[in-house]
Amino acid sequence: MSQDTSRHSGNRKLINLAVIVLCSIALVLVIAPSIWIVLQVIIRALPHFSWSVITQNGVGLGGGLKNEIVGTATITTGVMVVAGSIGILSGIYLSQFAKGRTAVILRSSSEVLAGIPSIVIGYIGYTALVVGLHWGFSLGAGLLTLSAMVVPYIAKTTEVALRQVPTAYIEGAEALGFKPTRILTRISLKTALPGIATGLIVALAISIGETAPLLYTAGYSQNLPKLALTHSPLGYLTYAVWTFYNQPTVAAQRLSFDAAMLLVIFVLALIAISRLIVAFTQRHSEAKR
Amino acid sequence: MATSVVEDALANSPDDHGKFIPAKLGRWSPITVISALSTCVPLLVLIGILTILFKKAYPAIKYNGGGFLIGRNWRPGNFYANPVTTNGVQHPLLASYGALPLIIGTLESSVIALIFAIPLSVGAAVIVAKKLHPRLRGFVGAFLELLAGIPSVVFGLWGALTLGPLLSRDIYPVIASHAPNIFILKYFRGSTGAGEGLLTSSLILGIMIIPIIASTTRDLIAQVPRLAEEGAFALGMTEWEVTRKVTFPWISAGVIGATVLGFARALGETMAVAMVSGVVLGSYPTNIYGTFTTIAATIVSQLDSALTDATGLAVETLAEAALILMLITLLANVGARLLVRRVASTSLPIGRGV
Repeated sequence: MSQDTSRHSGNRKLINLAVIVLCSIALVLVIAPSIWIVLQVIIRALPHFSWSVITQNGVGLGGGLKNEIVGTATITTGVMVVAGSIGILSGIYLSQFAKGRTAVILRSSSEVLAGIPSIVIGYIGYTALVVGLHWGFSLGAGLLTLSAMVVPYIAKTTEVALRQVPTAYIEGAEALGFKPTRILTRISLKTALPGIATGLIVALAISIGETAPLLYTAGYSQNLPKLALTHSPLGYLTYAVWTFYNQPTVAAQRLSFDAAMLLVIFVLALIAISRLIVAFTQRHSEAKR
Repeated sequence: MATSVVEDALANSPDDHGKFIPAKLGRWSPITVISALSTCVPLLVLIGILTILFKKAYPAIKYNGGGFLIGRNWRPGNFYANPVTTNGVQHPLLASYGALPLIIGTLESSVIALIFAIPLSVGAAVIVAKKLHPRLRGFVGAFLELLAGIPSVVFGLWGALTLGPLLSRDIYPVIASHAPNIFILKYFRGSTGAGEGLLTSSLILGIMIIPIIASTTRDLIAQVPRLAEEGAFALGMTEWEVTRKVTFPWISAGVIGATVLGFARALGETMAVAMVSGVVLGSYPTNIYGTFTTIAATIVSQLDSALTDATGLAVETLAEAALILMLITLLANVGARLLVRRVASTSLPIGRGV
């Protein structure tokens, strides 16, 4: 009997060990692809990288990526303004004013919108803005389509950040006779700023990396973007990756990898920045728990 | 009466954190009105998407009929002949569309992706939450963020030029020559192609949805009450037994929700699949390595040429396909959220896993 139990417990320990080993392997397999992709892109791009990639516009299947870089920056700036303001305002509403069923419906619709496939949103942008409103391939169509995609992310992070503001801060401010608007701007928003900034960074990373919503709304141009909202097609980095990767010329494939490397570097930088924000605010937060 | 109970519960819930007293601001103050309008934007966009999609797809729905869901032809017809009118819809001569291969391709690639992603994500999350030093935990978290942040075209580039060729050269032939000719395994036999196809696409989709499932599972495990787990340890259970009998039952609803969300994301993934699936219209893959296509990949790669259809039927047919995709993902999203709202205490991440 006792022998039986001890053999049994030996088995159990063995199973336990096996599971730990398997889970560790799973962890390695989860981490490995991200490292592999980043290294692969850099290894393929770096040996041929020259500054002309950044300083020249695209020419046919060669040239540089200046037009795409400036284009991505233009679209992204526009998205940050449009989606940033709508998203933050909607986060404020959801955290402060919305009640009961209305809140659930509005919050859910935002969450569901984030799950709509990007190509569907791109198709609608094309149908409604490019064709329907006769805007043509344009900065306006591209940035509105992309904004529709990222508003939910900003709204959600803003709402969560505002909810985490300690009630004592608000009650303290009230006791000191602050007006409600002032409490919102000076206390709530200020305390929630790191969280809101992280949300904006996520939105930034998404708008830099998206392709499908832009292909049929922003179009493409080898020139620097015009600062017009309609009839102003422009290039962007993800377009270069998608269009050049299977072209027969070496120059085109290199451009594809160059663009991919720039995208990956941007994403890495944004992750680093958001980590720094979190670390900084944790160090300086008054509400240590 | 019932509503007031709910409202009381809401008012007393910890959700109430961070609220200032909005009543003093008044219902019609500028901030309230502007922020309320902004909050309606996602709902309006959703309604707009559905309306426009349905309106645009309507002629195609009328022309393609029920055959669209069960047919496999993808023939845009003759653009040079005079257009013909059937059922009041103008269309190119001999145009005939069936979306079954697209629908099946979308579903099967996402299901295979889940088969890869679920065990890897859950396994990794268990180790991260239970075994890893907190500092290393943050480090792993950064890699999950990176995986979620890498643009899908870069996944596609990697899949098309690195992973696909590597697998088709070194791995697939080995599997194909050793797979027995029985049941499901027989689909692993035969020609392995050049790396573009169902298995490669599914692998990449699996990698892309890992962050959603893994980070949710990790956060859920952290919320399991310590007392229950410690009690189980005190009874002499091993770590695995505690995980299986205490932790997993506690988090299962949330993990299922996250899985459905990851599934929805895989269904709608566009660029990566367009770059590694081969985008073959009108046929099914003969084995698991075969080229295929999904709804999303078809839309992005065919819209350009569809625009040359003067009657507009090709574009409208893509709208019909998009409508089907939209309805499937909508269903998955709403279902996952309802399930988790009902059973679990946490909320699911949105989109790419935020």
